[in-house]
Amino acid sequence: MMTEGGQPRSRSFYVLGFFFLLFLAFLYGPMIVIFVLSFQGPNGGMSFPMVGTSTTWFQGLLQATGRVGDIPSAFQRSLGLALLAAALTAVICVSAGMGFRRRFPGAALLFYTAVASLVMPSLFVSFGIALGFKELGWRTGLFTSGLGAQLTWTLPFGLMITFATIGRFDRRYEEAATDLGANSWQRFRDIIFPIILPGIIGVALFGFTLSYDEFARSSLTVGNQNTLPLEIWALTTAATSPVLFALGTVTTVVSFTVLTLAMLTIGLIVRRRAGGRLSAERSAHG
Amino acid sequence: MNAHSDPGVSGTPVPPAGYKDAPYDVELVAVSKSYAGTIAVDTISLRIPKASYCCLLGPSGCGKSTTLRMIAGHEPVSAGDILIGDRNVTDNPPIARGTSMMFQNYALFPHMSALDNVAYSLKVRGVPKDERRARAREFLDLVQMGQYAERPPALLSGGQQQRVALARALITRPRVLLLDEPLSALDPFLRERMRGELKRLQRELQISFVHVTHSQDEAMALADLVVVMEAGHIRQAAPARDIFEKPNTAFVARFIGGHNVVPGGNGSIAVRADRCRIGSSADQARLTGHVSSVEYLGALVRVGLIGDNGLEAAALISDRTFFAAPVEPGQAAALTWSDEDAHALAD
Repeated sequence: MMTEGGQPRSRSFYVLGFFFLLFLAFLYGPMIVIFVLSFQGPNGGMSFPMVGTSTTWFQGLLQATGRVGDIPSAFQRSLGLALLAAALTAVICVSAGMGFRRRFPGAALLFYTAVASLVMPSLFVSFGIALGFKELGWRTGLFTSGLGAQLTWTLPFGLMITFATIGRFDRRYEEAATDLGANSWQRFRDIIFPIILPGIIGVALFGFTLSYDEFARSSLTVGNQNTLPLEIWALTTAATSPVLFALGTVTTVVSFTVLTLAMLTIGLIVRRRAGGRLSAERSAHG
Repeated sequence: MNAHSDPGVSGTPVPPAGYKDAPYDVELVAVSKSYAGTIAVDTISLRIPKASYCCLLGPSGCGKSTTLRMIAGHEPVSAGDILIGDRNVTDNPPIARGTSMMFQNYALFPHMSALDNVAYSLKVRGVPKDERRARAREFLDLVQMGQYAERPPALLSGGQQQRVALARALITRPRVLLLDEPLSALDPFLRERMRGELKRLQRELQISFVHVTHSQDEAMALADLVVVMEAGHIRQAAPARDIFEKPNTAFVARFIGGHNVVPGGNGSIAVRADRCRIGSSADQARLTGHVSSVEYLGALVRVGLIGDNGLEAAALISDRTFFAAPVEPGQAAALTWSDEDAHALAD
């Protein structure tokens, strides 16, 4: 029995521990299953047992056959849309964050109006945007109504992270810059932006992942070309082969790659600031 | 180390042109600051003679930091005028005042090396990279930080950060350097060393330092002009020795420390604790009571006394005198002093 300092664990430890294991099983179980099944042999089906192993289904992803749909194109569309949404989210949120540092009448109301989008039912937002475009006689499209719909989702999250980041910013750095003669643009470019950069990367990352796997708000607004989540949805209802699993594995790898890159970048910035690359020199000097 | 001594070389820390003209480096004329109804600084006037070390001294909330920030231009005045040299700078931005500020906790930019921190004011003025780095090096050398030029602030000790902050403030060639509690983040040992260096720098550069502190020792050790503030007012502005020998009010006498404030003929009088003696009630007792504490301070012994009337007082006596006739807490005792050591207070 596990003990700590000779004391037996309390009952709540086991209850909460069990709950946590359940959480892990729900989160990672399906992913592991999909990951394993994506390497199903060429004659295998959509469930266990595995009939040998192969990478057949990954090759199938690259072929734009009628049965599977055009996965590579959908992936490219989703990637492009997510990158654009991430960039816009970062730019808009930082601008808003800077603006909100000055207290102005109605600031709180404006903020809540913006983040209220989080509690709106996504499908209806999507539906409403599509309807609006139709009423105005415009055609819905990936980078018009689709992008707009996604921003209604990424911006509120981004705003909240940005406000937390900028709220932590020590204004004395800015005052010091003013004292040294920096104008407002120089203050932003040289002092504020570099200091809050890790937070901004976090905002962009959030924008990317939210956009990349957004389904509901995209569903009626992207026009006649599918994003990857929509393509996957179509596949789950139509496909009968482990290609679906291969797709799941690839998209998960893409998400984790983006996440890892962002985290590494943030880590690098933080380490450079803490002088990690100079610590050897410091110990040499004593 | 002699970078400052050659006025011909541009970029060296010499006072700006026109320096000799005005007799005062800083002049506050009826300056007030109020925030939404509360008055932080109430109509203060002050003249700081050129090239002097001035300490704004007072308890927290007395308005000393606000005063400093108004001189710096980081806080707009509610009323009054601020002159630096002979120029009215009340409406000027910080950089156009001839002042430079060293912030509490230094506010060094965490993402820049010491060198880039110091060079930043030149960068925003568009000085080419090689030139500004060379000049920043001169100033880092001035504060003996040349060898740490490439380090980010996180890898510098508190004392080193302060030196970098000093270099960063001085490179703008201010006529007045403003220091907001510059020593409070340092440990006591370092504090005394940096104190000496601040004074040395001020003397060498021949500019004015305005230094905010709540420490009497600091102000006494450094200042040519001590400005004691309380509740938004200047209570006394005078050389350290005048403040200590002739405090003008009970507040100043108590705040500066080392004084007993006791009722005299007309109003209160202050008498320095080191001019008091402990005696028996027989000889010319001024205050009778009993010993409340005995603190051995090395060369001196501080004997606390509670008078029969409830008044607290103390005598600072030499260890030799004390141990010739030691007293103990609880013992009946009396405080005596000579008439010439009593100093009448205004209120």
